[in-house]
Amino acid sequence: MNATAFLARFDNATIASPEARAAASVLREHGLPGMREEAWRATPLRGLYEADLDAPAAPVLPPVLAAFPAPRLVFADGRFAPALSAATDRMHVATGVAMLGLARPATDKLVALNTMLATDGATVEVAAGTDAGTLLLAHLATGATSHPRHAIRLGAGAKLTLVDYAGGQGAYFHNPVLEVALAPGATLTHLRIQDESEKSYHLATIYAEAAEGATYDSFLLARGAAIGRTEIHARLAGPRATAHLNAAQLLARSQHGDFTTVVRHDAPATISRQTVKTVLAGRAHGVFQGKIEVAPEGQKTDGYQMNQTLLLSPRAEISAKPQLEIYADDVKCSHGATVGELDAEQLFYLRSRGIPEAAARAILVRAFLAEALDPIAHEAARAWMETLIDPWWDNAR
Amino acid sequence: MSALLEITDLAADIDGKEILRGISLAVPKGEVHAIMGPNGSGKSTLSYVLAGREGYAVTGGTATLDGADLLAMEPEQRAAAGLFLAFQYPVELPGVGNANFLRTALNAQRRARGEAELDAGAFLRLARQELKRLAISDEMLKRNVNVGFSGGEKKRNEVLQMALLRPRLAILDETDSGLDIDALRIVAQGVNALRGPDFSALVITHYQRLLDHIVPDRVHVLAHGRIIRSGGPELAHELEASGYGEIVAKAAAA
Ligand SMILES: Nc1ncnc2c1ncn2[C@@H]1O[C@H](COP(=O)(O)OP(=O)(O)O)[C@@H](O)[C@H]1O
Ligand SMILES: [Mg+2]
Repeated sequence: MNATAFLARFDNATIASPEARAAASVLREHGLPGMREEAWRATPLRGLYEADLDAPAAPVLPPVLAAFPAPRLVFADGRFAPALSAATDRMHVATGVAMLGLARPATDKLVALNTMLATDGATVEVAAGTDAGTLLLAHLATGATSHPRHAIRLGAGAKLTLVDYAGGQGAYFHNPVLEVALAPGATLTHLRIQDESEKSYHLATIYAEAAEGATYDSFLLARGAAIGRTEIHARLAGPRATAHLNAAQLLARSQHGDFTTVVRHDAPATISRQTVKTVLAGRAHGVFQGKIEVAPEGQKTDGYQMNQTLLLSPRAEISAKPQLEIYADDVKCSHGATVGELDAEQLFYLRSRGIPEAAARAILVRAFLAEALDPIAHEAARAWMETLIDPWWDNAR
Repeated sequence: MSALLEITDLAADIDGKEILRGISLAVPKGEVHAIMGPNGSGKSTLSYVLAGREGYAVTGGTATLDGADLLAMEPEQRAAAGLFLAFQYPVELPGVGNANFLRTALNAQRRARGEAELDAGAFLRLARQELKRLAISDEMLKRNVNVGFSGGEKKRNEVLQMALLRPRLAILDETDSGLDIDALRIVAQGVNALRGPDFSALVITHYQRLLDHIVPDRVHVLAHGRIIRSGGPELAHELEASGYGEIVAKAAAA
């Protein structure tokens, strides 16, 4: 089966809104992402197009979600699941499809697919000057395809930590789109945990726009999915807006994981920081594509990108593509990349202290991730992530 | 009764180059032996071969710890069996907290020996006690292992690990080099505190200075991958007075 046949699955889908109709015509004309497109060259989706997806079943709330100390919005196979959710009154929460106009379905094909098929999502609004604490947004998948559409809007000076979890069981396709609009001085800490089933496909697209002095502070931990991709478009629209796009990808066996970022410095004195760590075992394939664009208005931009890969197997592969496009003359932009293996001296030092080889390797993998993980101030979210990272090495082959 | 550490005709190559050329040495239970010798004589190689570092081909001989074949064990098994190597050049571990590292090591060894693990609180109490004894500030527990440590701090961190892990056989590879006299005394105290019927040590040093503080039962001189002389503590003084040149030349002529 190819992209066209895959798309034909949705021929009978209900197309409700004008946006959905427009998206459908984009897809009719241009189809789904293919190998010939620059942005998808390193991440072929043939596996998805040929996949035999399961029929959806009843979702179960993992105990870790129930125990997480925050109100939660749980979606199951793309639909809000009120019975699995727990309310909050610190922010305004609605469900249904809401669009903030930041997403670009005309050019981003998976976003077009989401726009055509989205039937539900979360809209979270935090009033100006409010610290809304933490919200857990979770998606549990069991089969078929899900296209949730979320919108997060923070008023001036508002604060929110959004812990964004994706997991599930079986073969499915999860294609979420999330739009984030930050008013002046607002801060969204967006902590994503991608722990999808290894038979699944996770292709997430995030658009964030930060006004003057606002901060979009994001971190992705990705260790699931057969093919996983997170694509973030962050636009620093007002002076001194900041974006942190950090990520840790842990991939084993024949997993494919892609982290793609586009940061646009569209205003003066804007700041972007990216620390991206990829750990690859088995025959896994990691991809990092990071683009920093500085508009002529982006004088005094401060952009930094560091991409580091740890190869634990000779058969693993990394594709890295940093890109700087700078149209302002007074900027400070730098990027760096390293690819390495575990250090034999460090491994021996640990083992000489009685630490078994597998544990020693796990310690060094964790140490490699430290720079990306340490800035996560949210204790419960970080502890959760640690429980996903700690046992990772045990079956990473 | 056989010695705790028994090395017989041990020979080892690095990249096909013969470095250890038939070393025989026995350290009985409760004894501290010193190995002295010029740079490049094979002292670190011997300590690494005993600890199980990769990259060495043992071409002959045996090494046993309390009768068990050391050379057949993985490095972590040797550690659990009671062997400890204080590295000449301790390794930096960015991203690994010192306290976590020490506790993981201690508990790994306890588990391997079928003993109960220490929880964070019990570990911290034990660690603080040893830190105090070694005049190391608590703050060193919070730092990453050896990262940004001065030469002396790195060596003290090795001695701290030894004090916590309580090996049956400690090999100290030039733990004295780069230390001032106060640090040297602290290191020596760390070793002397462990001395007893269940602790043996192989103290590798270039200088006699350390041996004023850790008085060895025996001194062995290693040159060109062989032990060319063994004697009592007075041998260290003789070497200090005459240098290695004479004794090495004499051995070569013999
Ligand atoms: N990794 C190595 N590769 C090649 N030669 C080595 C290596 N390590 C040590 N050697 C050589 O082995 C000999 C002994 O070195 P070493 O054991 O470090 O001596 P010592 O500790 O007594 O100064 C020296 O000639 C040194 O050059
Ligand atoms: Mg040496």
